[in-house]
Amino acid sequence: MISLLQTALELGLISSLTVLSLYLSYSMLNVCDLSTDGAFTLGAAVGAMVAIAGHPYLSLAAAMTAGVISGFITAILQTKFGIDSLLAGIIVNTGLYSVNIFVMGGSSLLNMNNTETVFSKMKNLLKGTAFQSVSKLVVVIVAVTLVAAFLILFLKTRLGIAIKATGNNPNMVRSSSINTTSITIIGLCVSNAFTGLSGALLGQYNKAVNIDIGTGMLTVALASLLMGRLFFKKHGVRMGVIGAIIGAVLFRLVYTFALRLNMPAYLLKLISSLIVIIAIAGPYFSNKYKTGLERKKLRREERVDA
Amino acid sequence: MLKISNVSKTFNPGTVNERKALKGIDLNVKKGDFISIIGSNGAGKSTLFNALTGAFLVDTGSIILDGVDITDMEEHKRYRMIGRLFQDPMMGSASAMSIEENLYLSSGENGWLGRISEKDRKNFREKLALLDMGLEDRMKNPVGSLSGGQRQALTLLMATYHVPKLLLLDEHTAALDPQTAEKVLDITKRIVSENNITCLMVTHNMQSALDIGNRTIMMNDGKIVYDVEGEDRKGLTVPDLLNFFKEKAGAALDNDRMLMVN
Repeated sequence: MISLLQTALELGLISSLTVLSLYLSYSMLNVCDLSTDGAFTLGAAVGAMVAIAGHPYLSLAAAMTAGVISGFITAILQTKFGIDSLLAGIIVNTGLYSVNIFVMGGSSLLNMNNTETVFSKMKNLLKGTAFQSVSKLVVVIVAVTLVAAFLILFLKTRLGIAIKATGNNPNMVRSSSINTTSITIIGLCVSNAFTGLSGALLGQYNKAVNIDIGTGMLTVALASLLMGRLFFKKHGVRMGVIGAIIGAVLFRLVYTFALRLNMPAYLLKLISSLIVIIAIAGPYFSNKYKTGLERKKLRREERVDA
Repeated sequence: MLKISNVSKTFNPGTVNERKALKGIDLNVKKGDFISIIGSNGAGKSTLFNALTGAFLVDTGSIILDGVDITDMEEHKRYRMIGRLFQDPMMGSASAMSIEENLYLSSGENGWLGRISEKDRKNFREKLALLDMGLEDRMKNPVGSLSGGQRQALTLLMATYHVPKLLLLDEHTAALDPQTAEKVLDITKRIVSENNITCLMVTHNMQSALDIGNRTIMMNDGKIVYDVEGEDRKGLTVPDLLNFFKEKAGAALDNDRMLMVN
């Protein structure tokens, strides 16, 4: 049971990097980046290829760079080519499918059973110490801590504030003589770097990369992000980032628990879709219900007055 | 200072929705001028401002600001020289962000990777205190929690944080209640005169069009139909203006709001 929880924690933290990516693009920049699935797979594929070539540390940097490039293309399409932002994401996502198979050398499956990865490196490093059994967790915690700390600091810089403002009121950003196009491009590049890192870590964690590794990742991450938001309603970057991470872990825990109750694994994606629907439609309907009640009350009072 | 020559703009040319919004505008603005602009709905006042800030590119003519040809310059680059306030108080600031974050963006201090320093906060606090709205004690509050007047005053502060060469005020007090409007207008006048900012102000209020500034322009149907300053402007009354309008435009003012004396 403990090992099950540990696995859930590890997987949750790995996917939390994608959730942080969406926190930047979806919550801050107000762009729903539909290329997330493809960028995740791209990160996994590039990370695996570089690791197989014998560079486990470089593999993570390479995966992030690949994410930056993918984000750059998505951003250029929507800011300079006049393509709607949702459509730009879908187009890139579709194109990435071919790119990813190309990166994987024409195969749709990469095996890393005998490959040195960041996880095997850490395992060797911690051999014989008290942390031996949690070596994977250590890798993931280090990665998430670094990314989260970077994101919190980043969002307090002028550039980070400009990203937030571009999502909130682009008109005001232009009035402050800032180019919203560049801001959108930078935001999507940074967010996709996180997605790429997330993919590379999951690939190396699983010791295998499948072309479908990223499928549905956007919805899963969105569900996690919205779940995290439930617990941290208060605004503020630090709480937002922590909420996103907790949401990702929580999502994975719920999923693990459901699996223990004999839920078939293939239901994961349906459940994540349902969570996103409930998280977005829930507040919408509850508002509608509340205003409906108020209207009824007003009408009743009018009748009494009459 | 600002030289607008033969500027024209037609929207949706060649379609049934074709609209000639600006028809050969010529305007010479001297440094330190405070010009009030009046005209009925659709006269081209806001369109003229949009042409100046680069929301669209003009079809003909040129715009020269302080010796720089800005006719084809990108919008955000023009805003290095131009400050603008809109009628809608929500337009000029980001509601989900705090007062200090909004100010920090327009201050442009510390470079892209810099963070708000204590020195910045002290600057912001001093500038906010001058507005006399208590905003200096609420710097961490989201701008969305401010009233329309407070937001408009904040926007004014942001637009003039670095003294712009040209300030465009597009009915910036029209959405406020009379008391707040007066206060925001007083702040505007103070900031403009202290920094000797060249200013164009669209107003629906004929009286304040005559009271404020040193020159008044009347627009109709995409053209400047009347331009008065100096001795000619002194002693002008609202009925005079209405008569001029009838004479120049060949029709009575169709905008009820403009007839309000207050």
